[in-house]
Amino acid sequence: MHVSHHGFGPDLVEVFGPSQTDGGPELVQLLTPEGERTHHPEFDRDFSAEELRGFYRDMVLTRRIDTEATALQRHGELGIWAQLLGQEAAQIGAGRALRPQDHVFPTYREHGVAWCRGVDPLALLGLFRGVDHGSWDPAEFGFGLYTIVIGAQALHATGYAMGMQRDGVVGTGDPERDAAVVAHFGDGASSQGDVNEAFIFAASYQAPVVFFCQNNQWAISEPIERQSRIPLYQRALGFGFPGVRVDGNDVLATYAVTQAALQRARDGQGPTLVEAYTYRMGAHTTTDDPTRYRLSDDVERWKLKDPISRLEVYMRRNGLADAELVDAVKEEADELGHRLREGCKAMPDPRALDMFDHVYAEETEELRVQREGYAAYLATFEEAGR
Amino acid sequence: MSEQITLAKGLNAGLRKAMEGDPKVLVMGEDVGKLGGVFRITDGLQKDFGEDRVIDSPLAESGIVGTAVGLALRGYRPVVEIQFDGFVYPAYDQIVCQVAKMHYRSKGRSPMPMVIRIPFGGGIGAVEHHSESPEAQFAHTPGLKVVACSNPVDGYWMIQQAIACDDPVIFLEPKRQYHADKVLLDESISPDPLFSSRVVRRGEHATLLAYGPTVKTALAAADAAAVEGKSLEVIDLRTLSPLDMGPVLDSVRRTGRAVVAHEAHVNLGLGAELAARITEECFYSLEAPVLRVGGFDTPYPASRIEEEFLPDLDRVLDAVDRSLDY
Repeated sequence: MHVSHHGFGPDLVEVFGPSQTDGGPELVQLLTPEGERTHHPEFDRDFSAEELRGFYRDMVLTRRIDTEATALQRHGELGIWAQLLGQEAAQIGAGRALRPQDHVFPTYREHGVAWCRGVDPLALLGLFRGVDHGSWDPAEFGFGLYTIVIGAQALHATGYAMGMQRDGVVGTGDPERDAAVVAHFGDGASSQGDVNEAFIFAASYQAPVVFFCQNNQWAISEPIERQSRIPLYQRALGFGFPGVRVDGNDVLATYAVTQAALQRARDGQGPTLVEAYTYRMGAHTTTDDPTRYRLSDDVERWKLKDPISRLEVYMRRNGLADAELVDAVKEEADELGHRLREGCKAMPDPRALDMFDHVYAEETEELRVQREGYAAYLATFEEAGR
Repeated sequence: MSEQITLAKGLNAGLRKAMEGDPKVLVMGEDVGKLGGVFRITDGLQKDFGEDRVIDSPLAESGIVGTAVGLALRGYRPVVEIQFDGFVYPAYDQIVCQVAKMHYRSKGRSPMPMVIRIPFGGGIGAVEHHSESPEAQFAHTPGLKVVACSNPVDGYWMIQQAIACDDPVIFLEPKRQYHADKVLLDESISPDPLFSSRVVRRGEHATLLAYGPTVKTALAAADAAAVEGKSLEVIDLRTLSPLDMGPVLDSVRRTGRAVVAHEAHVNLGLGAELAARITEECFYSLEAPVLRVGGFDTPYPASRIEEEFLPDLDRVLDAVDRSLDY
């Protein structure tokens, strides 16, 4: 081992090595890329056939949402789309570990978590089509609006969790009552001040929040090596709470780890950082070109870790899935795809005067005058056209 | 209550009253608990309302505002204290991108009933970043409301009104007047609405527009001008976004002249907006262009020369003379 000249200990890159595609020995895994069930001393649990089929269905449908949305963007129906291809297990595992009373603060790529919370995927498309900034009710679904500024929502999640503490819904021992919050963000956001401040606030107040970082290795074109010299989950220790790295392409492990972290939070034991080690198989958004900044070899290696095919292999081998199930889910995905295509194209544009709505809870006279002035101006065109 | 109070006392009593009236009101910020804030505005509140409602925070402004966003989403009404004006910038992103837009983004489903208190302005001999006037940055942001109190009675009522408001309010407090003057608070006299400006001195020859710390300066200028036979009307704007132009326009239509005084840099400041609106609405009544007196377009200077930077009585009177000379 190389010891650096300054005498403060070993060089960190020497200790941890460059980014590893296998996630290192600390990776919690319950299902190998080859579809073999493995066991973990801390996070293992049994899964029923029904749960496994549910995970499979969720992941296939989530992938279809993503591929349909990408196609819709290519056809000019969406202005942009943030792809999640490859991250289905990380999101379904995290999303299905939630209870109804929990609350999620997503970034803008959590389409699978939204699916788990019952948000209509068409509502997600509306944001990327540009008809609104998000039309679902955060309170109804326990799923906040997408946040575009990287990492800002980690603080909102922490504050919301502090509110739960004050509402007395943490650590009561009542499973119907105790609640927690999940803040989603990516490896790039881990560099932001807001995420680090959220860690400090959450630790200081022992807020019931799970920081769920999907380390998909790339922040647009910046690799994880540009964000961190150490594995991200290890940062938690420096803030005073536990961190764990889970195989983000393994839906079983992601579910088990997130569920444990959520329970810890609900029990009043404070925050946890979960690093879901995964890979963004597509572009950051439909506007970028990943072939300019990364090697196709890497992509090919990660293809072998596909979250859906590994679960399917495991289920088929163990008699938990057959052609009938696979065909039924595919048919459901086709129907969903059709609904998204038609629904997206049928979305009406907002009216021009809608832009003035909801700026304030109590509208100002200034804005009312502006709205009326613009309405009168628009009316002159209608009169001219008569 | 009917007693002589300072601005600091008025704000403290107003906060206390709001907390008593609504258990969802929380106070949050650096040193607001045991210390009672560096200016003692929150003095005694933690002792009476507990650590869950008066929250001493880590030293992170974005964190304070960002967690307050989450608390507001959970149904609380956070009142956050930014310790000094120049320290609000680390929270600027949270304020303009999140606080200001949450109601709009959510089509009204996620209101942000939050008050962000900022001690602002100079004249206390402080080091850099402790004397700034960032109001235009927030008044330029749709979704925020911005108010500035100028006296103890307004401080008492306006803080309660801001907390009751369902929109996020940037609440500016003239720090050099926290402990300066005592004024009689008579609670039997009902307050003006929060988003209203007020004529605080009647006059005929020109209208002085001021807010926060410059109201006192403007009133002193009017006193001095009266000795020379010039009668100046003084308006305390009180609300900066929205602006309450009614009393302003009425006044300028009568006097034909307007001078705006604020501590913030003149370039692209509130004075520019006021000049534009007065010109649009009162063009045929004006006898002179609207003139502005303010901080120069320099960073806030070292405190030994801050009196040169701040608009004082003489600079205001000079502008009045120039206006009257047209």
